[in-house]
Amino acid sequence: MSSRCLDMTLCAALLLALPLAGCEREMRRFDTPPKATDRAGPQGAALRPGPFASAPGGPDAQARSMSQVPRQPPPGYEENAFAVAQGKRWYRWFNCNGCHANGGGGMGPALIDATWRYGRQPGDIAETILQGRPNGMPSFAGRLNEEQLWQLTAYVRSMSGQLRADVAPSRSDALSAGEPESRRETQRPGRR
Amino acid sequence: MEKKKAVVLTVRYRPPRSLAPRHRRRATGLLVASCIVGAAFGQALPEGQWHAPAGDPANTRYSPLQQIDRHNVAGLRLAFRFPTDTRTGLEAAPLVVGSTMVIVTPYPNHLYALDLSTPTATLKWRYSPSPAPASQGVACCDAVNRGVAFDQGRLFFNTLDNQTVAVDLETGRELWRTRLGDIRRGETMTMAPLVAKGKVLVGNSGGEMGVRGWLTALDAADGHIVWRAYSTGPDADVRIGPDFKPFYGQDRGRDLGVSSWPPDAWKTGGGNVWGFVSYDPKLDLVYYGTANPGPWNPEQRPGDNRWTAGLFARRPDTGDAVWFYQFSPHDLHDYDGVNENVLVDLPWQGTPRRLLLHPDRNGYLYVIDRASGEVLAADPYGGAVTTSTGVDLKTGKLLYNPRTEPRLGKAVRDICPASPGAKDWQPSAWSPRTQRLYIPRQNLCQDATTYAASYIAGTPYVGADVKIRAGAGGHRGAVTAWDPLQRRAAWQVTEDLPVWSGALVTAGDVVFYGTMDGEFKALDATDGRLLWRFRTDSGIVGQPIAYRGPDGRQYIAVLAGVGGWAGKIVSLGLDGRDPTAALGFANAMKDLPSRTRPGGMLYVFALP
Repeated sequence: MSSRCLDMTLCAALLLALPLAGCEREMRRFDTPPKATDRAGPQGAALRPGPFASAPGGPDAQARSMSQVPRQPPPGYEENAFAVAQGKRWYRWFNCNGCHANGGGGMGPALIDATWRYGRQPGDIAETILQGRPNGMPSFAGRLNEEQLWQLTAYVRSMSGQLRADVAPSRSDALSAGEPESRRETQRPGRR
Repeated sequence: MEKKKAVVLTVRYRPPRSLAPRHRRRATGLLVASCIVGAAFGQALPEGQWHAPAGDPANTRYSPLQQIDRHNVAGLRLAFRFPTDTRTGLEAAPLVVGSTMVIVTPYPNHLYALDLSTPTATLKWRYSPSPAPASQGVACCDAVNRGVAFDQGRLFFNTLDNQTVAVDLETGRELWRTRLGDIRRGETMTMAPLVAKGKVLVGNSGGEMGVRGWLTALDAADGHIVWRAYSTGPDADVRIGPDFKPFYGQDRGRDLGVSSWPPDAWKTGGGNVWGFVSYDPKLDLVYYGTANPGPWNPEQRPGDNRWTAGLFARRPDTGDAVWFYQFSPHDLHDYDGVNENVLVDLPWQGTPRRLLLHPDRNGYLYVIDRASGEVLAADPYGGAVTTSTGVDLKTGKLLYNPRTEPRLGKAVRDICPASPGAKDWQPSAWSPRTQRLYIPRQNLCQDATTYAASYIAGTPYVGADVKIRAGAGGHRGAVTAWDPLQRRAAWQVTEDLPVWSGALVTAGDVVFYGTMDGEFKALDATDGRLLWRFRTDSGIVGQPIAYRGPDGRQYIAVLAGVGGWAGKIVSLGLDGRDPTAALGFANAMKDLPSRTRPGGMLYVFALP
């Protein structure tokens, strides 16, 4: 076998392999619907309403645990594409999208716009997730570990363009989810 | 003290169509006289008043008043206004009892009483039940309230955080309140109660949160729970017993509310009761629809999912089910069965029959024998239906179109009608004069994908991404005058935006409704011609009513305040750049924020 022929075979193989690799990169593996006995995601007791409502423990307990939320995430979340992509998974896994849709809002407010009722810093958002807020945001305390909390926080911030474009997700498995997070202009808050 | 009040307002109403015009006039005379002297008058009709959101227990929304008619309605002028101090969707109907008008607002569910005997309708009292603020976060479709019911001197309404409250009409004093549900499970209450035989019938919302639906009867006197009938689960919970005789074979069997679900899925299966309840005193049956099964993703709940997306007939005394019909077995597209059931008596193919008209979200207008539950007709009334090919009148079964059946990972396109249906909650009006049903509705289609939803109590349980858009023709709404005997539309008026307000029809042959950009309109009931319009400060999603004031003049009243599922892009300030916002409705309403603004105002009109 001549080396030229070998080259040609290699080239052909490469040409075949390239689009296949492309397919693999783009392929979506959807979760199969869970059986009723084997439901995906966390479940259990009802979530608590946000603070100042009739939450167990009262305002004092809430204030104590609020003070435990660090104001800044540890390094490795807001600058890390994997962490943000994981946050995007939790966003759907914990039904955040049920209320906030793919950022435009629904039962809860929009997350892709420039309005933050309770602040746009990572600590503000983590606090909202952990403690809940009085007008309907439930408390997810005890449902996420700290890593998941900061991943989710980073993703929520990416939705309004607060993170670097090369860190924010660039694709979505949702139907017509609008502009990818990585291409969103940074929204500047009107207040706070 | 309570007794005295009851005396003043011991009034009963029957559907006005049961009276000949001559008798109607006499009853009116009696009514006006009795209002003036404040005396009791037993069985006389409170004609010209409006004691329930639908006007009467048959849910006709027909006013026998004819001072304002199709010839003079063009001269209608604003009589007075009243601000509600709210900025979310005002879906309720005002009530008029004696010389008092009562309105209920969305969260925080203020109840206002206005004194109609003063020229500017001064505030008589205000009652504020202070529902939990967190309840706003579990209300799927804006923090709305669809109205108040009146009986024997008492007003009854529901708070968003699941309390039914009774308030004294004269004083605004709270008589009782009963907690019926739990917002921590995603439960809310938005519907308007109906009072039948001293029982206040109320139901819950939460079909997007995996909340198990129910209808509950409370004793009007003290608020204690008399019975509760669930929409899913074992027969005992559903109050299915020996009297249950559904017309079709598929609805007969033991514990179908369990066996038509995967194990335990009925516990989070929806079937909520958030629409209007009707009552037929002759048959002694109440009628109401059950909402969509949860989650929306149908692959998570194989089976027919009884008793969701259907219609129950029950005894008001015991709650016992008498018959059931399922509009959308194993619902695929969030087609709740809660739309209004309008009770009419008509000659059907030559034979007088007691009928029920039900324009369903699935696109068909059902004509049902309300004694037996037999479906006599089911015709598309709101544009092309792509999700099914029809209803088999022999078996009563909806014939699904496999093309639009959701499958995991598949984008299903051109689903018509969209999830809000050919029409949603916005109630239609029936005129016994024209024998037509005036249907406010949508013209929407959608694309959708489904995914596996996790159940976390108190959070949404949907599992679908939806993108809604205008249907064929490009308009998003219409008012259709449906002739149930001819089984076709007599006329139709298209509207650019979905018509999310209720309809009213009067003996003056005028149809009233509002648009989401704030135009209150009057159409000629005979041909749909536009006769009059008035621009309000916010989009209209409320239910117009007609009444005779203490001064003997006829008035038309409507609440204007945009919101609800269709309007929450404005009332809650959602971001239309995400087409899936508001469960996909935002995509169809991107232009609404530039066409109207949030508001809350009562508008009352009269001839000069």
